[in-house]
Amino acid sequence: MMHLSLFRSHGLFLPFIKRCPDIKICRIKRRSQACVTVITHRWMKSISPARDFSSNASEKETFDMSEFPVERIRNFSIIAHIDHGKSTLADRLLEITGAIAKTASNKQVLDKLQVERERGITVKAQTASLFYQHDGQTYLLNLIDTPGHVDFSYEVSRSISACQGVLLIVDANQGIQAQTVANFYLAFEAQLTIIPVINKIDLKNADPERVEKQIEKVFDIPREECIKISAKLGTNVDQVLREVVKRIPPPAARVDDPFTALVFDSTFDHYRGVVANIAVFGGRVSRGDRIVSAHLGKSYEVNELGVLRPDQHPTETLYAGQVGYIIAGMKEVKEAQTGDTLYLQKQPVEALPGFKPAKAMVFAGMYPMDQSDYTTLRSAVERLTLNDSSVTVQRDSSLALGAGWRLGFLGLLHMEVFNQRLEQEYNASVIITSPTVPYKAVLASAKLIKEHGEEVITIINPAHFPERSLVEKYLEPMVLGTIIAPDDFTGKIMSLCQTRRAVQKNMFYIDDHRVMMKYLFPLNEVVVDFYDQLKSMSSGYASFDYEEAGYESAELIKMDFLLNGQPVEELAIIVHKEKAYSAGKAICERLRDAIPRQMFEIAVQAAIGSKIIARETIKAYRKNVLAKCYGGDITRKMKLLKKQAEGKKKMRRIGNIDVPKDAFINILKRT
Amino acid sequence: MSRRAFLRQHHALQCLGTGLGCSVLLRSIATHRLPPHSDEASLYVHWPYCLKKCSYCNFNKYIPRSQNHAVMTECLQKETQTLLQLSQVSRISSVFFGGGTPSLAQPSTIAAVLETVSKNAHLSDDAEVTLEVNPTPAGKASLKDFMLAGVNRFSIGVQSLNDDHLRTLGRDHNSQHALRTVSEARTLCPGRVSVDVMFALPGQSAKSWESELEKLLPVCDDHVSLYQLNVERGTLLFKQVETGELSVPGDDVTADMYKSARRVLEKAGFCQYEVSNFGKNNAVSEHNIGYWRGRQYIGVGPGAHGRFVPRAVGGAQREARTQTLGPDVWIQEVQRHGHGTRRRIQLDHRGLLEEVLVMGLRMNEGITQQHWELFSPEADLQHIFGMSENVQELQAGGLLILNDRGLRCSWEGLALLDSILPTMLLELETFFQSRVSVHQQQHRLSQRQMTVYIGET
Repeated sequence: MMHLSLFRSHGLFLPFIKRCPDIKICRIKRRSQACVTVITHRWMKSISPARDFSSNASEKETFDMSEFPVERIRNFSIIAHIDHGKSTLADRLLEITGAIAKTASNKQVLDKLQVERERGITVKAQTASLFYQHDGQTYLLNLIDTPGHVDFSYEVSRSISACQGVLLIVDANQGIQAQTVANFYLAFEAQLTIIPVINKIDLKNADPERVEKQIEKVFDIPREECIKISAKLGTNVDQVLREVVKRIPPPAARVDDPFTALVFDSTFDHYRGVVANIAVFGGRVSRGDRIVSAHLGKSYEVNELGVLRPDQHPTETLYAGQVGYIIAGMKEVKEAQTGDTLYLQKQPVEALPGFKPAKAMVFAGMYPMDQSDYTTLRSAVERLTLNDSSVTVQRDSSLALGAGWRLGFLGLLHMEVFNQRLEQEYNASVIITSPTVPYKAVLASAKLIKEHGEEVITIINPAHFPERSLVEKYLEPMVLGTIIAPDDFTGKIMSLCQTRRAVQKNMFYIDDHRVMMKYLFPLNEVVVDFYDQLKSMSSGYASFDYEEAGYESAELIKMDFLLNGQPVEELAIIVHKEKAYSAGKAICERLRDAIPRQMFEIAVQAAIGSKIIARETIKAYRKNVLAKCYGGDITRKMKLLKKQAEGKKKMRRIGNIDVPKDAFINILKRT
Repeated sequence: MSRRAFLRQHHALQCLGTGLGCSVLLRSIATHRLPPHSDEASLYVHWPYCLKKCSYCNFNKYIPRSQNHAVMTECLQKETQTLLQLSQVSRISSVFFGGGTPSLAQPSTIAAVLETVSKNAHLSDDAEVTLEVNPTPAGKASLKDFMLAGVNRFSIGVQSLNDDHLRTLGRDHNSQHALRTVSEARTLCPGRVSVDVMFALPGQSAKSWESELEKLLPVCDDHVSLYQLNVERGTLLFKQVETGELSVPGDDVTADMYKSARRVLEKAGFCQYEVSNFGKNNAVSEHNIGYWRGRQYIGVGPGAHGRFVPRAVGGAQREARTQTLGPDVWIQEVQRHGHGTRRRIQLDHRGLLEEVLVMGLRMNEGITQQHWELFSPEADLQHIFGMSENVQELQAGGLLILNDRGLRCSWEGLALLDSILPTMLLELETFFQSRVSVHQQQHRLSQRQMTVYIGET
């Protein structure tokens, strides 16, 4: 899961992006591309130029959405652990209902980001309206694809709240995994109809009966309700659609009510502005209507709206219970945040419950490898955040690494996806620092509270860490982690969790030899390398997922690192008291190995306040490589020395010690 | 009368004939802003051929399939003449035949080059003329002929007296050959034989190195050059070390080796006068001292380097010159143009001072105030380096000494020279930058005054 964060550009990559923008660039990019094509063929507007999905004549029509009353609408999501086949099933559903043509290349049509295809996860939710014939009637089935990871649990919960049911997919071989559980609870708490689907029954090692038992035991769903399919081969996929119609109730929405819609996703199109995906909870909305977004209270005129098949097909009106897209002259994704409510200006309604702005839980510094790339990188970051309002961006600068940013992400995967997109789609070469979490401090005195304007302050940068005497207590963010693994690994996993200051909440067998464990973790204990360690100690069998679990009081301290007594500002960290010694020692060792030997001995120390808790020594070297230097050697020698002198200028000087940028990168980067 | 003595007389007659003495005087007045010692230079002659490749060597050398000594001789002579005339030096202070393996050249080639020198400049009878010698039986056999050709100092590439080491290094001699060659050379040129020794060899320990050196010193003459075996990219040795076939001692071990070598040499009466060079009974390499003191030198032969003012074409600045690397192309160029100079870079004042600094600090005595003043009459050492915190730190660390006598490394500092030099170069740069900004201010000031003046009219 963790990748090397020291991204370097790949020589081969850029031309490939240029050649195939529709594969490499995200959905919005594709549309921009499509728009360019449309400009030259305006008369062909209704044809989707980007993708030749189907020769079905109905594709070219504009749909009259009034033909679909609420009773014949089903809104559902597919939720699954990574790689259990969510996107493959979605492809089959699209094929069967004629939304896309049946071709061998329909592999995960809804996953359009390269990262998504590579990692088998869905980051950006995508939506498709399917027309399905059942008992002589045409049903409108809205498949609302959800992000496949609980980093995006807020987005998942918003997507889910636009649905009345979910398909819970479980791999017939792997069985229930950590994310299956997390996703199940999101759907369960939203009181949705859950249809368990056991996928990949065609696999040699498939054991659908065992998985049925797990589902019964963990989720309390009778095994008879499980549908056993192979999305890859199409086996029983039709049954899935039938059950969707049969089991999932239609949305409880009335056309006569005032227009109310939930924004469950939004993206940015360079030509048309923000495209918001909405679920209409009541009433109707048409082109030309003036609407208001509840969060910001701004009003807009609807320029275009329609359904997603999964490409945009404009319609005149969307009715209660339906799902589609809306374009209304919004300039930034922040104007149509996930979870926001839209209503008609002339008919104000109460906002739908549950909206909260995105909250960054993991922070990392980002710096260009070379300062001359700052501007390029800045525009790449700007372009990426246009599409992802959940990334927070603050300018930051480090004495060692230069000008850069401190970025806030929803979680680890979110961070990883962002970095990977930056690398792959913008070919950017960046240094990402090791992630940190937002701590809080409850201030002790009224005076301080007045000064800060609040009692509890959030600390992102160790430089702003208030002294112990000024605070009543420190707080750290917690997560509730779910680990599912074969029981051979239970002991190892328990001791790993223990070293991560985790508290076990419960543990039980989900079948004969698989254990599900729940632990309360401090978030900072899982952000760095927990998942990697878990994976490697369980030969890849353990799965892990987490959900936020608020803040808890913690003994936090700020640790400084000193070189010959001089503190190195950019290395200061906030650490739990229990971990101070091991963290201090580890970083001192890394510094010892990263800083080249110099003419003087260097003491590398970790300090808490004035107390030194760890020390390493970089011995002075006593001799350069002894090389002769006569007439013929002078030119080469001078060149080398001048280069060293130039290099010395670029080094960060701390006291009498020259620290090369590489050494900082080694210490600060994610590992 | 030896050939040299004859030539010297010949040259003196020529000088008288052309009234050169008078013109020298005139020139020295006209060009008093030239870098110091522009009227004399040393001469380096590169013989590019070797019989076989040593496993550690990445130097400019060629294993020839066939070799035309006559053509090579002619070209070395031609280029010597061209460059001597270009430099207009009146005196050649020393000559050094290096390589490659110059002892593979025919003694007549050496004689011919020296003859050309004497025809074009004054080469004093006691000027040092060194030849690098490979201690093979063939090398030993021709020492006498080389002497007769005008060589008066031998630098012998003994490297080691351990036959295993010699084999690993790919040398084409063994310890017996080395001992015989040194002994013969000492008989021929007593007090003017230098021995090259290498340490940090594969498999060598600090202890074994010390005892090898102790065994070697009694057979040496008055001069020893000490080199660390460097594993250079692109050599066979590099590959062997890379693949783990051979391993060379680490940094701490080589530091001990250097330290013990310096101690052993000192005990044996050898005085260190440069990072790599030791002598007793006042024996030094005059030619190499020329490099370290920032004097002019002319480089002749494929890939040779030079530093001199091309006064014949009106040059006023010293140039860093490099001759064409490959012998075949070099021969063609010399035949066509009279020289094979491939690259010329003008050394400005700062560039020259940088070299004076870098080379001067290699010597034990360092850079004396007088020596520095020769090159930098406008700013003395104290002025440039005295105020620097970094320099003060080096002094406090006991690595560098800056006082009334000059600037030099301490005993410990000499071993760390390469780490000290970047700091010193940066200080020199800072000095030049501050001077430039003062000049710019003055310039701006004068411009402003001028503007006022124009406005008034």
